[in-house]
Amino acid sequence: MREPALKNASVVTLRINGREVTVPVGTSVAAALAMTDSFVSRADLSGRPRGPLCGMGVCFECRATIDGVPEVLMCLTPCREDQTVVTDA
Amino acid sequence: MREVCDLVVVGAGPGGLAAACRAAEAGLDVLVLDAQPEPGGQVWRGEARQGSNRLARRWLTRFSASGARFRPGARVIAAPEPGVLLVEEGPSSFAVRYGRAVLATGARERFLPFPGWTLPGVLGVSGLQVLVKDGLPIRGKRVVLAGTGPLLLAAAATIHSHGGEVLYIAEQASAASHWGFALQLWRQPAKLLQGALMSAKLVSVPTSTDAWVTAAEGERRLEAVRLSVRGREEHLHCDYLGAAYGLVPNLEVARLLGCETTSGAVVVDDRLQTRVPKVHAVGELLGIGGVDQALVTGELAGLVAAEQPVPLALERSWHRVRTFAAQLARHDAPRAELLRLATPDTLLCRCEDVPMSALEGCQNLREARLYARLGMGACQGRTCGTAAQTLFGWTGEDVRPPCLPARIGSLRLPSDVSSTPTRES
Repeated sequence: MREPALKNASVVTLRINGREVTVPVGTSVAAALAMTDSFVSRADLSGRPRGPLCGMGVCFECRATIDGVPEVLMCLTPCREDQTVVTDA
Repeated sequence: MREVCDLVVVGAGPGGLAAACRAAEAGLDVLVLDAQPEPGGQVWRGEARQGSNRLARRWLTRFSASGARFRPGARVIAAPEPGVLLVEEGPSSFAVRYGRAVLATGARERFLPFPGWTLPGVLGVSGLQVLVKDGLPIRGKRVVLAGTGPLLLAAAATIHSHGGEVLYIAEQASAASHWGFALQLWRQPAKLLQGALMSAKLVSVPTSTDAWVTAAEGERRLEAVRLSVRGREEHLHCDYLGAAYGLVPNLEVARLLGCETTSGAVVVDDRLQTRVPKVHAVGELLGIGGVDQALVTGELAGLVAAEQPVPLALERSWHRVRTFAAQLARHDAPRAELLRLATPDTLLCRCEDVPMSALEGCQNLREARLYARLGMGACQGRTCGTAAQTLFGWTGEDVRPPCLPARIGSLRLPSDVSSTPTRES
């Protein structure tokens, strides 16, 4: 969706909070989150936005519901065709 | 469900891969567990897909030919009895019964709180680097990096090569310490060359020693950063900030198994055996030392686990990489100013939203947890606990199972594991 060159590479399309995102194979869900309008993965206890921090499965800031499974870390999850990602942001 | 193996290796970074290769090549049945979808750990992240690093390519190829079994997406959550691990894998779980274990859980970044560090767009230095490797669009984005040591340059090189605009590299170490460290590298020609190559690519990027980020600013996400650069303030508009101060070992699984630790590293003998029989530790768990240390200690532990002789050259390499690790630790030690950046309102625990002010009167991590909920959230204190240890000089606490958030069903020990089966060989 961003760069025309990607059309030639092998890509997958997933939905993040209802929005379609097309990314190259091998992209992590956390990286794909940056292709939506915001880089927000959750809201803190006061409703302020948070985004991915460590990228390595340590900080748990990027947890989301992926294909119905809650509390999955986006940074350790590769994007797949027809995947559904819902954040609590 | 259960798995039985001669050797379980926890972590598939360079240390775990080297141990697994050596042991599997000597005929052991080896099972390798890693939370990531591919082998390579953090330092070789993405190399299994698009290899540009020759050393990584060599080890990953050797690993796939070694006969070792690899379970991606597998997270160790508990160790209910000696020789047994409980592992969660996606929506299912299994138990592993092992003869020996090599722990190669690597390291994470040390985060220190500063005003605005919870804004989206503020990440770790290597955190931002791995997201870029994983496909985060960085072309044309403005990036500031603040941290310490060789990781800063490595992250800058990755971001630069993906088309990101690195506006500034702030190295917290003093000029004397930094250049003293660089001069010591003549003992490590490969590292000197690596550093020189990375610096050459980044020659146009403003870089300063005695420099660090004092605040991140923005409404819904990062918009600008304030830096302290040799005593004067800089204000830069940017899209991403990578800010973290060196690495700390991931000690949770080692502590869960009862391994003794001292000064933030696992205690081992000259055969890399921990104080727990048949459990070895390698790589960053011994103190931050990078890829070379991970490979050398991994090979050593793999040979010892398989009861093979250890070549003298390998022992010598280990002593050489230890020297580098000691120098790195002195260089990367966070300076005093970094410990005073957080204001009373700045959150220390990001999971439970615990501000600095809530810790007044707390004397240790246990009190901070009981009175202020520090470290009670999803990451179990991996981020704030490490920060609090650096900020206040507190010592780490014992790890209790589960050492990661887990489903209740994953903690049930399958009945066929609790007996004492031995592998039919």
